[in-house]
Amino acid sequence: MSGTILYYSVVGAQVALVAAMACAVIRMIIGPRAQDRVLAFDAASICTMLIFVTQGMRTGNVFFFEGALVISALAFVATVALAKFLMRGEVIE
Amino acid sequence: MTRHLPHPILTATVILMWLLLNRFSVGHLLLGALVGVIAGKAMSALRPPRVRPRRWWLIPGLALRVLGDIGGSNLAVAGQILRGAERRVPGFVEIGLRLRDPFALGILATILTAMPGTAWIQYDRASGRLLLHALDLGDGTDWAGIVRERYEGPLMEIFE
Amino acid sequence: MKTHFEALPPAVALLVAALLVIGAGLTLIGAVGLLRLPTFYERIHAPTLGTSGGTAGIVTASMVLFSVLAGRLAVHELLIGFFVTITTPVTLMLLGRAALYRDRSEAKAEADRAAREAE
Repeated sequence: MSGTILYYSVVGAQVALVAAMACAVIRMIIGPRAQDRVLAFDAASICTMLIFVTQGMRTGNVFFFEGALVISALAFVATVALAKFLMRGEVIE
Repeated sequence: MTRHLPHPILTATVILMWLLLNRFSVGHLLLGALVGVIAGKAMSALRPPRVRPRRWWLIPGLALRVLGDIGGSNLAVAGQILRGAERRVPGFVEIGLRLRDPFALGILATILTAMPGTAWIQYDRASGRLLLHALDLGDGTDWAGIVRERYEGPLMEIFE
Repeated sequence: MKTHFEALPPAVALLVAALLVIGAGLTLIGAVGLLRLPTFYERIHAPTLGTSGGTAGIVTASMVLFSVLAGRLAVHELLIGFFVTITTPVTLMLLGRAALYRDRSEAKAEADRAAREAE
């Protein structure tokens, strides 16, 4: 009983998160400007991180949690560097 | 004490995080303590300005209020996105802030950006003017009053 | 279906399922907003749904699930919530400032060009 409920809700959440990621990727492709693409990249990486967390719940494996942490850390650094680049044309001032 | 542990809160946070990531054991406690002490020393080499909350007992109340507001504005923004563009007026608001403490300003920026529906765009340190973007300005909502009363006031009480 | 899910009491399973659906739903609505809203400054509000409500829902669901399954408090997921709360405002503020700077310098270049053509 509880296995069925949880299985379908985890899979449903994963489908919703993949759809959210697809929206972000479409925005990343159509732009229209560079800041839109960077914002969409940030949103897509958050979706990836959440998909990892749900996958960890589905398999009961704790290593997906660490993968999620690494993804969010890398995405943060990448977004900050891109935003700094948009601001001045240089990453390190 | 202060020479070996210049940032006790940072050291304690690092130890706690180490124990959360690994399982609790005496070995991990020692290893985490070592990393925490090294992190504290590294932090003091950067010489950050000292942060001293004066009325720290007011912090939980503010945190609860912020959490509640974030939950409420999540629902509001979700509704605005699903309803579409009609009857919604986005725009910029300019607010004069009296808050000057850099750390408190950072917390205010975090609160306003984490809140769906408002985005901190630019702050001018010399004049203290903040440029805020709102997804829906509403009908004559007093944004400056809301920001000052709900968040800036408590932050000034805590830090100044 | 999945063996490790069956060990959960139905009430906890319902709570976890509700949290998951709320979190994933809010993230999806935010992403739809990213696609539908017309200007950049409006779009910058959309991902905050995923980073506040969405992350809170899914991280809490994971915390409840693993705490009940392991029989002890599993709070390491809080680190994700903490990290996202700290980093999102930084990226969004930088992006907002960068967009304003680019818009203003572009408007200035446009005005200069118009002035030159008028001469």
